[in-house]
Amino acid sequence: MQEKELIPQLYRSEFRKITAVLCRLFGIEHISIAEDIVGDTFLLAAETWGFKGIPQNPAAWLYTVAKNKAKDFLKRNAIYNEKVSPAIQLASENTNEVEVDLSSNNIKDSQLQMMFAICYPGIPPESQIGLSLRILCGFSIDEIADAFLTNKETINKRLYRAKEKLKEDKVKIEMPPDAEIDKRIDNVLITLYLLFNEGYYSSSKNAVLSKDLCLEAMRLTYMLAENTSTNKPDVNALLSLMCFHASRFDARIAPDGELILYDDQDISLWNNELITNGEHFLNMAARGNVVSKYHIEAAIAYWHTADKDSPEKWEKVLSLYNRLLIIEYSPIAALNRTYALAKVYGNEAGIAEAEKLKLENSNLYHGLLGELYTGVDNKKAIDHLTTASKLTKAAADRKVILKKIEKLKAG
Amino acid sequence: MNEFAFIFRNDFHPEAGYSPEQLQDIMKQWQTWMGGMAAKGQLANGGHRLGGDGKTVRPSAVVTNGPFAEIKEMITGIIVVKADTIDEATEIAKGCPILNAGGNVEIRDIVPMNAN
Repeated sequence: MQEKELIPQLYRSEFRKITAVLCRLFGIEHISIAEDIVGDTFLLAAETWGFKGIPQNPAAWLYTVAKNKAKDFLKRNAIYNEKVSPAIQLASENTNEVEVDLSSNNIKDSQLQMMFAICYPGIPPESQIGLSLRILCGFSIDEIADAFLTNKETINKRLYRAKEKLKEDKVKIEMPPDAEIDKRIDNVLITLYLLFNEGYYSSSKNAVLSKDLCLEAMRLTYMLAENTSTNKPDVNALLSLMCFHASRFDARIAPDGELILYDDQDISLWNNELITNGEHFLNMAARGNVVSKYHIEAAIAYWHTADKDSPEKWEKVLSLYNRLLIIEYSPIAALNRTYALAKVYGNEAGIAEAEKLKLENSNLYHGLLGELYTGVDNKKAIDHLTTASKLTKAAADRKVILKKIEKLKAG
Repeated sequence: MNEFAFIFRNDFHPEAGYSPEQLQDIMKQWQTWMGGMAAKGQLANGGHRLGGDGKTVRPSAVVTNGPFAEIKEMITGIIVVKADTIDEATEIAKGCPILNAGGNVEIRDIVPMNAN
């Protein structure tokens, strides 16, 4: 393989592993140093391999260099600490014997512990996602900026502030005790759920990047399911939900990047393997008697992978949305419930419910009304769709809406 | 926005005499009604359904069986709803499926704990 392709590939697979191990070794106050050491290691690899050729085992080469750099840092840090703080000095005593353990077990443990440290409610959700992408997924700052539709400076500032806050609050890099896992895992799942949605409902034009976000969220959730102490029913429910959604990746985006609505999707493009995995994790989620919002959302997603239009399906989906809303209100769930209600009781009943939702500023609200008025009152349908097209921020969505308006005007 | 408690009352053992299909239908009506409130952001608290098992403690530690006094009705559940006025809350309560099954809904304003 050419070094041109090899280094980005290794960066994606190894950066996060070495960084997690070093973060855990150095402590939460030195996240940036861990990142810098791994970054330097890759820089050195690029230079060295460029003229000396690629070593036989490139990953091992990276590990050795990173280990030496980490030991150097600890030595320097020990000398520095000697002068400033006897307490820190004690902690970093015997640095000569410090083992930088890059075994696959320690990599996994370190990544899980970092996951708990980063998904810390004391920092805002977008910072938790940003830090996860950087530290747990090895995304570059450019990629993160692209995913959030913002610039590098904003992301750098956001991550800097988040790291400062973690340091200030002395967040520990460790597994929570078993008794606390249920509570602490809630936060981790919220972040992973948002990370997945960021990719799935992304307004970024970069389709490959959006899919990557989803796959990374799935990989991290899978790590939780693989570990005995974190293999909880709601972890499996979230994983199931992600599998069902991801099964439609190829069906929902046209080759030109345009979004294809559920009703217009080619079912043969749905990924059956992911649907089967989703069913497996949904079964695993059914152990225990907790019904989380992830369980309900996974069940809704399950019904969406079943045959497209049966009365039974929409009755079930409506009932699930009712339960979901009772657990937690969200505008999206309210709109989706109304769509399901219209499927069961007819468009006019749906319209009556929709108009009571008071979501006039939402493009999705007008999109739904446009849909429900279609065939009932086409003039009103066009009005709502026009409002929706003005309110929507995503170009792909606007294209879909304008197409519908054209169709209505022609018909 | 204010909060109001909806207190549901019905005959003791209201389920008795219904077929499984009818019970299924009743459940669906409740879900749709509650889901409708939740979709409009009117549900402050999904509340609790109360079962038929109960005891009442009276002065001098006298314990009687049953949640009910000498009336045939019992409280079957309670939820908390958000509305601007008690009239608006009352309008919402008019959609409650318990009204089709011989029960009633009592609407009460909730007084914050720290108010005088």
